Amino acid sequence: MTATLAEKKKLDVSKIVLLFSILILVVIVAVPVLLILITAFFENGKFNIAGVAKILSDPDTYQALLNSLVIAAGTTVVSTIMGTFFAWLVARTDLPFKNTMKALFLVPFMLPSFIGALAWKVLLSPRSGYINKLLMAIFGLERAPFDIMSLGGIIAIESMYLFPFVFLQVAGALERMDPTLEESARISGADLFTITRKITLPLVMPSILAGALLVALYSLSHFGVPAILGTEKGIFNIPTKIYERIYSSGGSFGAIRVGTILSTILVISAALILKLQDMLLKKGQYQVIAGKSMRPVVLKLRGLKYPLLAISIIYIGITVILPTITIFLVGGLKTYGLPFQLKYMTLDNYLKIFQWKITKDAIWNSIYLSVGAAFVTMLAGTMISYVIVKMKFRGKFILQFLGVLPFSLPGTVIALGVILAWSGRFGINLYNTPWIIFVAYIARYMAFAIKSSSASLSQVSDSLEEAGRACGATHWQSLKDIVLPLIRPGMVSAFFLILLPALRELTTSVLLYGPTTRTIGVAIYTLNEDGETVKAAALASIALIIIFVGETSIRKFLAKLEQRAAKVEEIKNVPA
Amino acid sequence: MSQLELIDVTKRFGEVTAVNRLNLRVEKGECFSFLGPSGCGKTTTLRMIAGFEDLDEGELKVEGSVYSSSYKKFYLPPEKRDFGMVFQAFAVWPHLTVRENVAFPLRIRHRPKHEIDERVKMALTSTNLLKIQDSYPGRLSGGEQQRIALARAIAINPKVMLLDEPLSNLDAKLREEMRFEIKALQKKFGFTIIYVTHDQAEAMALSDRMLVMSNGVVQQVGKPLEIYHKPANRFVFSFIGLSNFLPVSIREGAATIDGTDRIAARGAPGDLGSRAVLACRPSDISFVPQSEAEHGSSESKPAVPGLVVRRTYLGDIVDMKLKVGNAELRVQKHVKAASPREGERCFIRFNTVLWYPEEERNR
Repeated sequence: MTATLAEKKKLDVSKIVLLFSILILVVIVAVPVLLILITAFFENGKFNIAGVAKILSDPDTYQALLNSLVIAAGTTVVSTIMGTFFAWLVARTDLPFKNTMKALFLVPFMLPSFIGALAWKVLLSPRSGYINKLLMAIFGLERAPFDIMSLGGIIAIESMYLFPFVFLQVAGALERMDPTLEESARISGADLFTITRKITLPLVMPSILAGALLVALYSLSHFGVPAILGTEKGIFNIPTKIYERIYSSGGSFGAIRVGTILSTILVISAALILKLQDMLLKKGQYQVIAGKSMRPVVLKLRGLKYPLLAISIIYIGITVILPTITIFLVGGLKTYGLPFQLKYMTLDNYLKIFQWKITKDAIWNSIYLSVGAAFVTMLAGTMISYVIVKMKFRGKFILQFLGVLPFSLPGTVIALGVILAWSGRFGINLYNTPWIIFVAYIARYMAFAIKSSSASLSQVSDSLEEAGRACGATHWQSLKDIVLPLIRPGMVSAFFLILLPALRELTTSVLLYGPTTRTIGVAIYTLNEDGETVKAAALASIALIIIFVGETSIRKFLAKLEQRAAKVEEIKNVPA
Repeated sequence: MSQLELIDVTKRFGEVTAVNRLNLRVEKGECFSFLGPSGCGKTTTLRMIAGFEDLDEGELKVEGSVYSSSYKKFYLPPEKRDFGMVFQAFAVWPHLTVRENVAFPLRIRHRPKHEIDERVKMALTSTNLLKIQDSYPGRLSGGEQQRIALARAIAINPKVMLLDEPLSNLDAKLREEMRFEIKALQKKFGFTIIYVTHDQAEAMALSDRMLVMSNGVVQQVGKPLEIYHKPANRFVFSFIGLSNFLPVSIREGAATIDGTDRIAARGAPGDLGSRAVLACRPSDISFVPQSEAEHGSSESKPAVPGLVVRRTYLGDIVDMKLKVGNAELRVQKHVKAASPREGERCFIRFNTVLWYPEEERNR
């Protein structure tokens, strides 16, 4: 027996896992954030709040802050109204082809919003927009009727591609909601209008607000749309201002410092938004979730049925199909600005994409960076979630805090943090190499991985692992033979949940790319900036094809995986 | 040498003492139950025996060897204890077939293939699972999953089997069947069982000895019948079956229920003082004809008058609520036995009574 006396002190699996988790979170997340805060608030080693105030009150940065706020607020309001309306239409009315429509409303998610913005700029820019020119010709107008390159335009385009956030939340809540809540109101004598107003709406309000906050969070730190539609006209929001400052000064410390101060504001707003959302969802959960398989009260649309269906289809046509076609057509033009006629079209651009160095590199960079980052992030995220969900130890709250930190770090902030941490300060200089983007992607998508793995881990009852230990398996063996096989489907979907957005990433990559390390998003953006609109559109078309094929095949694959997991699911979470 | 020995075992969670100075010896081949309401510390004790929880104080010995000890700062991890364990939620692994589940503990121990085959077959045969050995547990019923968990636990022929409320996720009929199966398995293989439950009937039916716990403190240890007939205190009395507690005044060993002037029972122990509580099971009360009650000799047991306030049928049992003096009590009789109607006055006699002090210190 004495031989095993040392048992307790030995470095076992749980300690190794714990140490690694802390190490990863500190290196990838905590250090960059700390460096941002230090750079923002300390000048020459001294705490300097006056300097911060001075930079914030500079009209240039102040205007960017204000714009960010206006764009985020506008986008949130418009997306929320549209998302809630369409969700209600799909979940609570007798709209025809409901399931198809529901799937269609999620398609805008697939179209990267900066590609959408690019298409809309082609169509509605005041000087050369095709639709503007067409309308001016038809009605003999002096001035272009639409100006997409304005605050209003940015809000409209962002809303088009962000409203599914609200749609998903609200449709989900409406479907899960216990119908007897509404039925009892009906028995009490309320009509459908009253029920919608007094029962349904208040009950799904937490979900509506949660969706709205998600949109706000995204829009506040969104780079693509304002960059494409605003920069030319001098309209900047926080991320585009940071980008402009850093690039116009060639990465000077002064510019980076302004960036860190603006980033701090982004981080604080993001943290506040997430806190609010968390509170709302907690409040909403117990009210809404209830029995399944019951039929909710459905509003008969009667005469409005087909007009509303038509509106929905037209809406999707305008927001998804029209921009997609535009991008494909522009990508096929011999020179940008020519009318869309067959004699001006060519397939050359598409073929050249795979030969031309910039675009070829970009496609290859995006693919290996996203696959690599997705794989590493998935593994690290799984390990960290295991520590957070399953392990008990003192000081766990610190790790929990570090674990939620990635959620409140907008892409711009991560890019800046990574620049500060990996440009030689600690003896490692990754700047201008693909590795800096790789590290940034890990930080950016760590939140996804943690969320997804935590969800599948919390469904694996503790007793399954304990049963393994009781059967004689060591901690490591029971992890390998029991826990890992059970959460493998969750890990696979986490991998793809990271891979798909990483393939089209722009916000973070745009601050980190070097001459040979453009990603697809960066290449499209910079080509367009350099006036190579046709090439940008051609690359965007290829990107759209990759995204579309990827999304649909992966969704099918994941659905199959889920089906197979379902039979396992049945007993994974027997009530304890 | 006892199979299992717990010495001053204590476990705290923050401010709460989940288990307080528990001492116990369990002998080889014994079936021993921990009985108590939820949160009483019985599962925590079991998990300390299994090795999933460390002891804050005390020592755990198995066949004389120390397995956990706060004094020696030692603890043997669960996988080295060679115990079998069945969890409340079964914890059968959904990604492995029935056979693979049962073979797991043997594979982990790197037993030779022929031995694995042999032992798995033995375990599956004893639990009637041979026919479905290649199915995945997800499609099987609760009873079948439970048997997989049992088969997996007996596969290595463990020194001790730990069962944590193994039947509470099953329906009533299945529960009864499984109870006999567990008992039969134990008879066949002769392992020691530690069985945790909150169901007193289950504990009574299975155990050689049992322990009643409340708030982390042992209330009584003994054979089931001993505990049933001589509960150490009011908590045990009320936990082990239906109970009536009547406040009484005592004079020269004779008790009067408050609000009556007739003697209800004699033989109260002298050390109780003038006030006490008379405890009696609803089935231990009989109805007495008025004539016998009024002319009963001083030798026979006394009878007191009561009024039937409520009368309900519970299958083949009639359950009555009676008002006697200021007190209310329950009486249960077989449907076929004569009993008064609702609203009727009657006389009752306490056949078996137990005495407890009026103020019971919370142990």
